[in-house]
Formats: sequence, C-alpha cells, structure tokens
Amino acid sequence: MFMWIIKRDLLLAMRRQSDVLTTLFFFIIVVSLFPLSVGPEMNMLRTMAPGVVWVAALLASMLSLGRMFSNDYVDGTLEQMLLSPQSLSLLVLGKAFAHWLVTGVPLVLMAPVLGIQYDLPTDALLVLTAALLLGTPVLSLIGAIGAALTLGLRGGGVLVSLLVLPLYIPVLIFGAGAVEANMAGVAFDAHLSLIGAFLLVSIVFAPWAAASSLRVSLE
Amino acid sequence: MAINWFKYSSPASFYLLAGKMVPVFVFISVMLLIVGLYVGFFVAPTDFQQGEAYRIIFIHVPAAWMSMFLYVVMAFWAGIGLAFNTRLSSMFATAIAPTGAMFTFIALWTGALWGKPMWGTWWVWDARLTSELILFFLYIGFMSLQAAIDDPRRADKAGAIIALVGVINIPIIYFSVQWWNTLHQGASVSLNQAPAMATTMLTGMLIMVLASWMYSIAVILKRARVIILERESHTAWVAELHKKGAI
Repeated sequence: MFMWIIKRDLLLAMRRQSDVLTTLFFFIIVVSLFPLSVGPEMNMLRTMAPGVVWVAALLASMLSLGRMFSNDYVDGTLEQMLLSPQSLSLLVLGKAFAHWLVTGVPLVLMAPVLGIQYDLPTDALLVLTAALLLGTPVLSLIGAIGAALTLGLRGGGVLVSLLVLPLYIPVLIFGAGAVEANMAGVAFDAHLSLIGAFLLVSIVFAPWAAASSLRVSLE
Repeated sequence: MAINWFKYSSPASFYLLAGKMVPVFVFISVMLLIVGLYVGFFVAPTDFQQGEAYRIIFIHVPAAWMSMFLYVVMAFWAGIGLAFNTRLSSMFATAIAPTGAMFTFIALWTGALWGKPMWGTWWVWDARLTSELILFFLYIGFMSLQAAIDDPRRADKAGAIIALVGVINIPIIYFSVQWWNTLHQGASVSLNQAPAMATTMLTGMLIMVLASWMYSIAVILKRARVIILERESHTAWVAELHKKGAI
C-alpha cells in the first residue's frame, strides 16, 4: 500500500510536470529576489544565505501542500482510500513521502546552485544540502496535517500557511543554524541531530494526526 | 448519595448554571482589579533601578501567564471534546481562544511599552518575546481555522487537532527559540535574572493575577453561553427560554 501510493502519486506528478517545475521555480525566484532587494554586497549575502534559502524552501514546500490531498478529494479517490481496510496513517505517510520526492528533493538538489550565487564556501554548501535533505521531509509531514485540516475549505491556501508556518519554526532555526555554525567554524552536528530527531518524531506522529484530520474533514 | 457529575455537561443545564456564575465572577474580578491596581500604583514602592516604569508588570506579568495557561486549558478541553465527543467541552475551547489571544496581545504590547524605557527599544529578539509572538500565531491559527469551517462539529474537531499539535509543539518551539537566541547572542538584555521583589510588589502582582483569572472565567463563561445559544437555537429549551423572555 505504501509503495503503491508513492508510485501512483509520482506517476500523477510526472503526468503534470508543470506543477513540479512551478514549485521549483518559485523557490529559485524567491531566493534570487533577496540580493535585488538588499543589495549585492557579498559579505552580507553570505551571512544571509542559509536563512534566505531555508525561508524560501519553507514557502515553496507550503505552497505545494494544497495538491497533496485536494485532487484526490475532488474526484472522490480520497473517499475510496478512507473506506479501504488499509491503515490510513500509512497512506498519509506515503502521500507525504511522495510530496517530498516531488517538491522537497528538487529543492535540495537546487540549493547548492543557489548557495553558490550567495558565495557560500564548499563545505557550507554541503551542510546546507544535508540540512535540507533532513529537514524538507519534516516540512512535508507537518504540512500534511495542515493540508488535511483545510481540505475543501474556502481560502484554504492562506489558512494552511497560518496553521503550518509556526510549526515549521524549529526546523527553520536548526536548519539555518547548522549552516551558520559551519560558517562560524563551530560544530554543526548537534543541529543536524536535532533535525533528525524532528524527522523521527514527525514520522511517528504526523501521519497519525493527519489521518485523523482527514477523517474529520471527510465526515 | 451519588452526585450526578454529568448533569452540567448538558448545554441546557450548563447554560443556566453559567448564567448564575457570570455575575459572581464579574464581581470578584472587579473587586480584585480595584485592589490590585491600588496596591500596584499607590502602595508598592518605586523601584530603585527602574523607577515608576516597572509598574507595568502588574498588567504585563498576569497577561503573559494567562496567555500560556489558557492555551493549555484550551487544548485540554478541545482534546476532551475530540476524545469523548462532548459538545460542551469543544464549545469551551472555542470560547477560550479569543481571551487567550487577547492576553497574548496585551503581554506583547505592554512588553514593548516596558522595553522602551528600560532597554531603549520596543522589541528585542529575546527568546521569551519570540515564543510569545509564536504563541500569538498559534492562537490566530486556531481561531481562523475554526472560523473558516461552517459545520460546527467539523470546526470543533479540526480545531482540537490543531490545538493538540500546537500544545505538543510549544515546548519544542520554546527550546528551539531559546537555543537560537543563545547561539546568536543578539540581545544584550538578559531577562533571566529577575531582581528580588519587594513584598508589596509581589502581593500586588499576585492580586492582579487572580483578577485576570476571575476575568477570564467570567468572560469565557459568558462567551460559552452565547455559543451554546447560537448552536442550540433549534432546540426546544431555547425556544422556551425565548418565550419566557429570558433571552
């Protein structure tokens, strides 16, 4: 079931590639706007880079949350999935994983390129990529709760940002913190361990919370 | 004699009970408020470091405490409502949210007013200030989610889930922000060492805390009554009350 839902969602995403590309380009544009707004001073850009990339990743991941359940909700597939005897939490986990593969992974791959634009040193680029790799699945998992709660609501897109962004804050702090620590020459592994801990906790609890939210929303 | 604990979990009987309780709590709250403000502004001595400006703590500290406490209470009732499907608990959670958000806002606002004369700035990115701000966002999220859902039962349950997720996240957010703050060393102000307080200052503050408690209870009960009426407007007992001219 888990593999099936991932395959299915990936297939659907491949059929509508523009959705994937839109998120990725949103990420790139937001990151590129910052030098234009604060000036091309390289020292300042270097200190800003981790924060800017992370905030842009948060926004990009959040904007694509609407797609996680809404298409299946509209055509009735989601209702059938709820009726199936399989575990709904597992299904949600699969959907969140597919969401991460479609939106998170491209961001992770693109991040080093954007980091170069901000003149980050090589090892900082590696840390940034590692932190994003660990952190973006947390965003998809927490986001699944928000997406499930706002399913079918008017103004759901704006609402989901109010619900989800405050919960993203710990990931943002340690994700950007890891890169900053590396650039300051301090050990950064504690930051990565904490993001890993967030990932494990959200793998356990978020699918469950999102599954009960789906039940509430489809009652 | 067995007491029927569940009698007042029915909205109809709770409505009447709350109606009797509201004036009592309003009275206690106003009394405590008068005494507390009197102690705060006329009895408590001037602080030798902070001068008269410190007197804002008589509003600031109770508001900050209530803002955090009310979120936990709200999540508790929302959780009870989700687990046992008791309508009244969920209505209570909905009734608590605006009061909690108001206290959070007051805490932030008075904090800024206090910060200006003390530190020379309206806002510092201190761990406490930042987490209070995030708490405000959590309240806003809860209220806007409930407001966006038309069906009250779905609103109750969805609100309960987001309140519970929030309450689990509050310690994580708090410690993240604290660590972030110590890493950055940004704020030059340390809020951590509270200076020893004169007894009258402490008394005044505690009276104000009690006054805020009583105020919250009164307002929340009143708001719960309104929510009950709104949701039960189709029932016979509301119609009867209406006929009697009680509402």
